Amino acid sequence: MIEFSDVTKSYTKDTQALKGVSLQIEDGDFAFLVGTSGSGKSTIIKIITGELKPTSGHVHVNGYSLERIRRREIPYLRRTVGVVFQDFRLITNMTVYNNVAFAMRVIGAREREIRERVPYVLDLVGLSGMDKRHPNELSGGEQQRLAIARALVNNPSTIIADEPTGNLDPARSLEIMALLQEINNLGTTMLVVTHEKELVERFNRRVIVIDNGLIVGDGMDGYFPYEDQ
Amino acid sequence: MKINNFGYLIKEGLRGIFLHGFMSFAAVCVTVACLLIVGTFSALMYNMNIIVEDLNQTNEVMVYVDESLSEAKAKSVGTQINRIENVQRCDFISREDALKKFIEDHNENAAFSGVQPEDLRYRFVVTLIDNAGMKETIAQIETISGVANISASYEMAEGFSTIQKILNMATVVVTAVLLVVSLLIISNTVKLAMYDRRDEIAIMKMVGATNGFIRLPFMVEGFLLGIIAAALAFGLEWAIYDGAVQQIAAVDSLKLLDFCPFTDMLHQMILIFASAGVFVGIVGSWTSIRKFMNV
Repeated sequence: MIEFSDVTKSYTKDTQALKGVSLQIEDGDFAFLVGTSGSGKSTIIKIITGELKPTSGHVHVNGYSLERIRRREIPYLRRTVGVVFQDFRLITNMTVYNNVAFAMRVIGAREREIRERVPYVLDLVGLSGMDKRHPNELSGGEQQRLAIARALVNNPSTIIADEPTGNLDPARSLEIMALLQEINNLGTTMLVVTHEKELVERFNRRVIVIDNGLIVGDGMDGYFPYEDQ
Repeated sequence: MKINNFGYLIKEGLRGIFLHGFMSFAAVCVTVACLLIVGTFSALMYNMNIIVEDLNQTNEVMVYVDESLSEAKAKSVGTQINRIENVQRCDFISREDALKKFIEDHNENAAFSGVQPEDLRYRFVVTLIDNAGMKETIAQIETISGVANISASYEMAEGFSTIQKILNMATVVVTAVLLVVSLLIISNTVKLAMYDRRDEIAIMKMVGATNGFIRLPFMVEGFLLGIIAAALAFGLEWAIYDGAVQQIAAVDSLKLLDFCPFTDMLHQMILIFASAGVFVGIVGSWTSIRKFMNV
């Protein structure tokens, strides 16, 4: 579960990125987070992943209280939150298999577990049979699937997708969103940050709207407030 | 740290070394040069300590008799020396015996074949009961009429002690400076490897790798660079030291510089090289890692 209670975040005295944000995303929920550039979306993601600490207010993510979290606990928080980025952030000199296995290795998983789990996850995202390829041999959609596989492989309870379709054509974007929805159906909490109106409207899920550091809309109707985006 | 990660860490550490092969080679070369200098100073210190220790342990004083005295009168000086409280024994050495010993001491060197007994003085080897009272005893001997000169090991020991102190200070300063140089070069090599792998580090942080786990391959890399440099420097030091000692022995017929063989200080040298190598390797990589941890 992700819970923000009256959270503020100031970078400098004059720059307040969040001005009292309160929101709650229950386990297993699917939500879109929409807002213009500079509205505070990235700050929310960075707070959830422990990259930033809130200036005031309370944040709870998957059992961790982030205003009190110790530095050495942050890696364990991050194991509960998988992150997918617009630019995929894959390791280009590693194969598809090793990109996913790497995420398990670096948290100390045993090779036997890795050999069992990686093919399962690659199959889940539709990349089975591509395990020996390198990222530059994959299409954009496939690369994003690989990034999702990597986010998923350590079985996090939450996945945050930051503009996951920003670099993809509409058809691939739909496929990726369908995949994220499928993963959500298996029980993983999903928070998707996006600018894409069509996707938000098409999937008709909860939409959290942030503007100028404040939550200005939170509903279940797929409402997208920025017609010009 | 789970045991199944050990192979991964070693593999990644080695990968880092080869990723920047030339830089790693340069780092090893500079560290070898620094360790060689540190090792040479350590070897000099080791020898100096032995010399000073030996001199301090010697409880014999050589007393030379005025050359104008006859053998009988010279022997009477010995009687007076024997009366001094701290003197255990006082052995007379005639001019002939002194010449024999001198030639023996210099391996029958032909250069001294022209030396005659008359060129040397009668002398006494005075053995003391207590070394601590050497200075006072010498002062008493000096008052005896007919005593021309006294050669006491403590005077030499004092001279060597001064050299030893200077050498100690120089060793500390040189070691500190060279260790910093080695640290910087290894730190830069590891920094390059980290910079090259910054995306991997960011991903590691993102998926929840602990800082310790991220650091370890780079620490392994620094450790390996340090230990490789230490092993090479140790081998070179051994060869250079042995060569230098042989060269010195060949030209130093007076045996003024009597260096011990390298094997006598093998354990100390292994300890110095290994600890210096490991220190610069691990600390050098540690200092470069911190910056990259804030991802």
